[in-house]
Amino acid sequence: MAERPGQLRRIGGGISQLLEKICGFSRRCVFRVLSMGPLPNHLAFIMDGNRRYAKKRGLEDGSGHKAGFSALMSMLQYCYELGIKYVTIYAFSIDNFRRKPEEVESLMDLMLEKINSLLEKESIVHQYGIRVYFIGNLALLNDQVRAAAEKVMNATAKNSRVVLLVCIAYNSTDEIVQAVKKSCIEASGNYKHGDTESGIEGMDMEKQEKRIQLVEIEENMQMSVAPDPDILIRSSGETRLSNFLLWQTGNSQLCSPAALWPEIGLRHLVWAILNFQRNYSYLEKRKKQL
Amino acid sequence: MEVTNHKALGKLQLIIMLSLRVPTPTSFDLRRFHAGDLGRRWRLSRDCLFSYSSNFVDRGIKFGVRSSKSDLVGFNAAEEETLPEGLQPELMPNHVAIIMDGNGRWAKNKGLQPWDGHRAGVEALREIVELCGKWGIQVLTVFAFSTDNWIRPRIEIDFLLSLFERTLKSELETLAKNNVRISIIGDSSKLPKSLLKVINEVEEATKSNTRLQLIVAVGYSGKYDVLQACRGIAQRVKDGEIEVEEIDERLIEQELETNCTEFPYPDLLIRTSGELRVSNFLLWQLAYTELFFAQELWPDFGRSGFIEALMSFQQRQRRFGGRKS
Repeated sequence: MAERPGQLRRIGGGISQLLEKICGFSRRCVFRVLSMGPLPNHLAFIMDGNRRYAKKRGLEDGSGHKAGFSALMSMLQYCYELGIKYVTIYAFSIDNFRRKPEEVESLMDLMLEKINSLLEKESIVHQYGIRVYFIGNLALLNDQVRAAAEKVMNATAKNSRVVLLVCIAYNSTDEIVQAVKKSCIEASGNYKHGDTESGIEGMDMEKQEKRIQLVEIEENMQMSVAPDPDILIRSSGETRLSNFLLWQTGNSQLCSPAALWPEIGLRHLVWAILNFQRNYSYLEKRKKQL
Repeated sequence: MEVTNHKALGKLQLIIMLSLRVPTPTSFDLRRFHAGDLGRRWRLSRDCLFSYSSNFVDRGIKFGVRSSKSDLVGFNAAEEETLPEGLQPELMPNHVAIIMDGNGRWAKNKGLQPWDGHRAGVEALREIVELCGKWGIQVLTVFAFSTDNWIRPRIEIDFLLSLFERTLKSELETLAKNNVRISIIGDSSKLPKSLLKVINEVEEATKSNTRLQLIVAVGYSGKYDVLQACRGIAQRVKDGEIEVEEIDERLIEQELETNCTEFPYPDLLIRTSGELRVSNFLLWQLAYTELFFAQELWPDFGRSGFIEALMSFQQRQRRFGGRKS
């Protein structure tokens, strides 16, 4: 009699392992079919709907974000298995600092915990050789989170297979302001350089005033470490950008599945990629013309 | 074995891709719309039917093809009209932006030339401008011509710019009478001199009108706008007017070309023809804009499409990064 629960547990474990293997196999089949067509190079995610998920399931507030984190890990796994090189996620916006202090603090604690876990041996970072960037106004974060983020960036700097960009304390308008500031500083540096030349040459330099060019602003953007996203997926059905990657998503495919972020799954990713492939030839033609 | 597997996979992929060429309804907005009141849907259909029938009676327009005979019917944006049932006045957007996409495809579907599509597009725009005036929308921004569109065939560009010039000239009196103010934004350096002259005249003549501000983006793109703002700021820094540390979001906002209006940020952006992209239109200003993607091509958009977009907008919960407690 005492053996029965043990036996049942072993059988249960065996069945779930088998199911996992079947799921993994069918997923790889789906990915092989998808890879017949063009695949996006860069995917961006707005992870919206964690709190609504917790409310819907009657859970306590923080658990929505925890469920969201595991959904994120699955999604990253699918992306990197499929061979997508760059993934960007919108973890925390500058606007989110306006929320209740308790919520902001619990989010910061969760982020600190998860950022530190990235350095562990079993983490997804080591599994896929991910290089991690933290993009945003890191000065707005508390010292612990900022230190942890910098540690992860340094530790993964040598990885080059795939890239994860985590937008934390980020706003697209803030990113543009920083880039504009840098461009202005560079431009005024050029003027100063011109002024120190001898009299005649100095006049010539002033006449040939160098106007700021688009590439200069783009080079000064924090997101210049990655190409523009091909697809932007926002969960929970809202169709707005919420100040995320405004500069970079001008020509990105926008997807807005109704599922809340913890409910997001493989089918949403596959659907987004199939839609991308549908429009791909038209977009490539446009890019070549430009 | 490997080769046949490869071929089979390729065929499966082809089947999936071909099957997806069947147009699907826009996933997000129609779903939320359907989730709403059935009675409201019926009222919307009834409203559309009435608007079509009044078109038939008044304008004698053939179904699906707009003619230029709409000039005969009075364009009236100055009078207020009660909103169609289902739309709440307090939730109307202040600023609506529209990407008028699909003229070329519309003309191709009907076996017409691209310029017929653009002409039909102008008629559709008149209708929307009239509705905005009547329903109390303060600002309407339309994406007429992008910096990317300069790569189109020369003959089409010339037609578009001359159509724009002709429309501005012919509509000036109507706009003035209807208290509509026109502003043009975009890179004017590539536009022909005659068009620039007409633009200046029209802007000057309508600058004190207050009912509706129609902003037309010609030779415009979001990146261009930020770039020219950046150049303006750099010049001010060089002149010693401001310090680099003082550069912030408000300063950039003041330098953007949309500073010509009290409401520079659209509440709602509508893109027709089913494309799910922003295409570099109004980059900075779209930070918190609600996006609506309509399946119809622009010349078919009209009153019913506009009502659907507004209804979808009114259902949305806008949080601007905060929380609705």
